[in-house]
Amino acid sequence: MSEIKFSEDHEWILIEDGIGTVGITDYAQEQLGDVVFVELPEAGKTLAKGDEAAVVESVKAASELYAPVTGEVTEANDALAEDPAQVNSDPQGGGWFFKIKIAEPSELDGLMDEAAYKTYVEGLG
Amino acid sequence: MTGEDAELQQTPLHDLHVALGGKMVAFAGYAMPVSYRDGIIKEHQHTRARAGLFDVSHMGQVCLMGEGAAEALEELVPIDVVGLAENHQRYALFTNDRGGILDDLMVTNAGDHFFVVVNGACRDQDFAHLRSHLEGRCTVALFHDRALLALQGPEAGAVMGRLAPATRDMVFMTAGEIAVDGITCFVTRSGYTGEDGFEISVPASRAEALARRLLEQDEVAPIGLGARDTLRLEAGLCLYGNDIDAGTTPVEASLVWALSKARRADGARPGGFPGDGVILRQLAEGVARRRVGLRPEGRAPVREGAELIDEAERVVGKVTSGLFGPTVGGPVAMGYVETAHAKPGTALRALVRGRPQPLEVVRLPFVQQRYYRG
Repeated sequence: MSEIKFSEDHEWILIEDGIGTVGITDYAQEQLGDVVFVELPEAGKTLAKGDEAAVVESVKAASELYAPVTGEVTEANDALAEDPAQVNSDPQGGGWFFKIKIAEPSELDGLMDEAAYKTYVEGLG
Repeated sequence: MTGEDAELQQTPLHDLHVALGGKMVAFAGYAMPVSYRDGIIKEHQHTRARAGLFDVSHMGQVCLMGEGAAEALEELVPIDVVGLAENHQRYALFTNDRGGILDDLMVTNAGDHFFVVVNGACRDQDFAHLRSHLEGRCTVALFHDRALLALQGPEAGAVMGRLAPATRDMVFMTAGEIAVDGITCFVTRSGYTGEDGFEISVPASRAEALARRLLEQDEVAPIGLGARDTLRLEAGLCLYGNDIDAGTTPVEASLVWALSKARRADGARPGGFPGDGVILRQLAEGVARRRVGLRPEGRAPVREGAELIDEAERVVGKVTSGLFGPTVGGPVAMGYVETAHAKPGTALRALVRGRPQPLEVVRLPFVQQRYYRG
């Protein structure tokens, strides 16, 4: 059983068997423009919710990605080192950033489901 | 629209930008397109390969008119204005009493007046500066009712040759009042991309019609300010406020080429501009730091503000512009370093998020300039 949740910082987390796969949303990649570099956390790193987890560099600016939940990083998407443009072309697929072992499942309750996120983005005009 | 956006000015091409899918951002008090649907990288590549159309109407267009205009303007810039032939253009700098740069600008002798283009963010300050120093010597007026378009790229000449045959004989840094598709414009063969190209000052009322006509041409695509920045940095050109400002002198900024021979110590009209003592002394004796090109290793861009350290971990400079250069295919940057470290080939490191990233001092530009010189 999988479930997808969204943060106000335009991250998505796909939850499967206690592991969350994290990336940025289509809205976020559209706002950033062409992604040219992604700095990812190493496997084994422990992150608290809200910690800076990754950095996304577009042509003109750098943006941080914050951990949407507390946990230990189990894997990073090393394919982004060679092809960071996947963040633009397939943000909720091949453009994922890292996987995290969710330590506090209750933190997920504070995130939005797909319908709520859609409404949230529409509200940003 | 948020409240903040509501206060932004719009250029005469605003509706066209929106219709073309422009991603509008605040820049120099205007709502300007940072990119269109294709995004910065594709727009950049299109300009290097074909021809890109930019709206640069946020820039200030100033008219100086009167008998003594050239001599008067020379009191504010270390540039030979008196010797600037009709329909010729020159890059200039407003300096302050410490030799710092108040703005960079383009000056064109338009026959009965001087046509001056200044940065949008500096426009009001420059205009007041010109007024307070030149009033009584010549008239200083803003062209409020003109848009400014730039058509840049290796195919810009072919496009303009078709719509404005009189531009075919123009070479880099020349100008003229020329009909473009039947619209009387003031055209210069210059730009801010390192490519051949034109800047077209057009009556605001005709700007959209001209822009649409240019966009109809097979070679031309609309290009936003994002690609304008990547193109100019690859071409080694300074961005005012980043790479040059009131605290940097032309000599420190490696803009010695812009200081006219006539205004140097051994020239026909030496000095006589703000900060002349500092600048002429620096020309003779050298400077402690200089603007250089920087090529970071790897893929991560090194951004403005990053400190540069030497092997002993001592801070020896600072990055002033840095981004991903689409033509270079990697990160490119400019910055100031102590003169001892300014030689091309010098290895330094930039602190990026607290970690040192290796980079090399390189000769500018990153991409060879391809101006049309006939």
